[in-house]
Amino acid sequence: MDNVLSIILQRLALGLLTLLIVSVVIFTAVNLLPGDFAESILGQGATPEAVKSIREDLGLDQGPVTRYLSWLSGMLTGDLGTSFAQLMFQTNMGGAGDVTVVDQIAPRLSNTLFLAGVTAMIAVPIAVTLGVLAALYRNTVFDRAANVMTLSSISSPEFFMAYILILVLAVLNPILPSLSNIYDGMSFSERLEKTLLPALTLTLVVTAHMMRMTRAAIINLLASPYIEMARLKGMSPMRVIVKHALPNALAPIINVIALNLAYLVTGVVVVEVVFVYPGIGQLFVDSVKIRDIPVVQACCLIFAAAYILLNLTADVLSILSNPRLRHPK
Amino acid sequence: MLVTIRDLWLEGRSDETWNPIINGVDLDLKKGEVLGLIGESGAGKSTLGLAAMGYCRDGVRISKGSVSFDGIDLLTASAAVKRGLLGKRIAYVAQSAAASFNPAHKIIEQHIEAPTQHGIMSRADSEQDGMALYQKLRLPDPDNIGFRYPHQVSGGQLQRAMTAMAMSCRPDLIIFDEPTTALDVTTQIEVLAAIREIVEEYNTAAIYITHDLAVVAQMADRIKVLLKGDEVETADTRTMLSAPTQEYTKSLWAVRSFERPLKAPVVAGAVPVVAVKGVDAAYGKVPVLHDVSFDIHEGRTVAVVGESGSGKSTTARCITGLLPPKAGEISFGGEVMPADYRKRTKDQLRQVQMIYQMADTALNPRVTVGNIISRPVQFYSGLTGGALRKRVDELMEQIELPAADYYNRLPSELSGGQKQRIGIARALAAEPKFIICDEVTSALDQLVAEGILRLLARLQDELSLSYMFITHDLATVRAIADEVVVMKDGRVVEQGPKHDMFTPPHHAYTDLLLSSVPEMDPDWLTNLLADRGVDNIGDAAVDKM
Repeated sequence: MDNVLSIILQRLALGLLTLLIVSVVIFTAVNLLPGDFAESILGQGATPEAVKSIREDLGLDQGPVTRYLSWLSGMLTGDLGTSFAQLMFQTNMGGAGDVTVVDQIAPRLSNTLFLAGVTAMIAVPIAVTLGVLAALYRNTVFDRAANVMTLSSISSPEFFMAYILILVLAVLNPILPSLSNIYDGMSFSERLEKTLLPALTLTLVVTAHMMRMTRAAIINLLASPYIEMARLKGMSPMRVIVKHALPNALAPIINVIALNLAYLVTGVVVVEVVFVYPGIGQLFVDSVKIRDIPVVQACCLIFAAAYILLNLTADVLSILSNPRLRHPK
Repeated sequence: MLVTIRDLWLEGRSDETWNPIINGVDLDLKKGEVLGLIGESGAGKSTLGLAAMGYCRDGVRISKGSVSFDGIDLLTASAAVKRGLLGKRIAYVAQSAAASFNPAHKIIEQHIEAPTQHGIMSRADSEQDGMALYQKLRLPDPDNIGFRYPHQVSGGQLQRAMTAMAMSCRPDLIIFDEPTTALDVTTQIEVLAAIREIVEEYNTAAIYITHDLAVVAQMADRIKVLLKGDEVETADTRTMLSAPTQEYTKSLWAVRSFERPLKAPVVAGAVPVVAVKGVDAAYGKVPVLHDVSFDIHEGRTVAVVGESGSGKSTTARCITGLLPPKAGEISFGGEVMPADYRKRTKDQLRQVQMIYQMADTALNPRVTVGNIISRPVQFYSGLTGGALRKRVDELMEQIELPAADYYNRLPSELSGGQKQRIGIARALAAEPKFIICDEVTSALDQLVAEGILRLLARLQDELSLSYMFITHDLATVRAIADEVVVMKDGRVVEQGPKHDMFTPPHHAYTDLLLSSVPEMDPDWLTNLLADRGVDNIGDAAVDKM
């Protein structure tokens, strides 16, 4: 087990290093955006003095290195800064004080994770089961039908699938609510009900990829001598696939699942907009529109961290699924 | 009759057409009888063996004929009926145990699968029975070895565990598909002895597939010879060995007769082409070679023999500079070489060339034969255009594959032996003085292998090449070597002229190696086991040294 542990620690360290590099990239990219918050908030007729004073207030007049370092050190202490937009509105309207980026992002992120979680609970079992069955009944009508259906659902635009589901499940047969306005204090079952429709839409989007990888990974192994041996021991086709092929196909399947989960955390803006779901994707797009740099940067960093963390988890699980690494000679 | 096969025709699919693999073969097997099935690769032995189980690999079909097992017609039986027989009454032992055990499950887990799934034994009973079989097959630590994963057990042990697995339901028939081909000679004996014993004890019928005549002579009651899907002849083992009737069978029997004449001893004080002096080497922190020294003289062949893991190929890697030694030096023609190949000059690199065991993987499948040979010619000699083509034609002439027919072929359009010849031409292209041949014949059939050995011998005479011949096959050593270096655990245990090595007294390990090479005498294994004492075979013998 020692070497597994050291591999995991090594991957973790590499993940942190990647995150650091990504933070530089994010900071540079965000600063390359044309225009800035001061200009966009003051509009066309802004005087240079007004723009300058707002920039000074927000620290935008300092050099990029200084700003990066202060952002980085803030990040390390858990302080992601204060949202420009909230800052302005709070002071103008005489509010109770600044709303930090953390305050702003936390509820949105938890909503997004909830949606991703519900989707994963539905999509992963369906995809893996379909993949196993498609491998078992390969080149039959079932296999082709599963392929055609999942491929057409992944090829259609997300909003289109979303509207079709709304039409079928909310308008024609009013089973589920078409709006997913989630707020604090909702019971779990209410939340779940409201989340179900976007989750189903996302399921249609991510299932194809995972199913096809499961099918391919299993079929890839069917020519192995140990699969032939299992068949020659008189094992049923189902047992051959589930007991003999699947355990050896786990690594690629886990990896594609992680990739799709990362997509669910970071890339679901369109679905959020269609269902008015208060997730982090919408917040991110809104913040880019008004050049609310601290929020944009924090979102980017969270997305990057999600990718790195999920891939790391996939790596670790792949290692654990390999008996050669779990039980060295 | 347990198995009756009548007029069986099998076809395999390649390039969108069905090509014949087995053409109208009959086969009969009585209860408790062992039938040896021999032939070159591509003769259809494995396909026929699997067909006797009513099983075809993907891309193979039975076009005609009948296969019946104990009165059940396997070709018309439903899949469920066949599944009920497989594993339970008919079992299979594959060539590579390492590949045929599922890496994801423990050995015992795979052992008990057939008995429990076929409803013969409970899990606990079957585990107990497994341990008893492991004991019978003389696996070390039989009570615990099953609870390891396949990668934690050695090849020879795994092969015996697979035989135990085949025995788990006490089947009536076992198909052994080259079960010892991938093993060292010393390990092979243990497995052969174990198989023979257990097959006799339970009176199991078996079809024993192999290309090794000496092995089949030990195992089989009857022998059937196949050539390109046709039966050549069938006879009792003793009759077949002493009086084969067909020309092809006689030629198979004669292969082992190739032997080069003795050469004059090396002139005292001659500078060796290659000198290995006190070389130590390691992979990371694991030491692999200890103080390895030997010389190779001009026009001579030095055979380096030993079991897998003894450091033969590592020594070759040190000589080529792929693995810089930790200590010691390598010199060519008296001149000490830089340890790392990256520091050697083009001319120094040119002098050492290599031919590999797997010609299949050593040739780029997307490059034509002509280009494969042109590359090194151009690289080392700088020839271009017509001169380059002329030189390549010459080289192809030397390996007996005329450029007119073969220049534009891809490796996939060549047979195994032809691929190996291309490998030889590629090595010759550099005009080396010295070639390392790493198990170059072990993946080939005996007839083809003999052709390669004769070619190498002829080239040696014409070009006064020196060879380092890595092999674990002592028949090859006998055929081609001038001097022999015996290695074990990274050390040279004995070295000297071939004649001395094959004449007693030997080092104990050399003796074990030599006496482990199967001979054509059908009583050889029985006598050998009696000589060594049954408890003293293979591993045990090595451990005691």
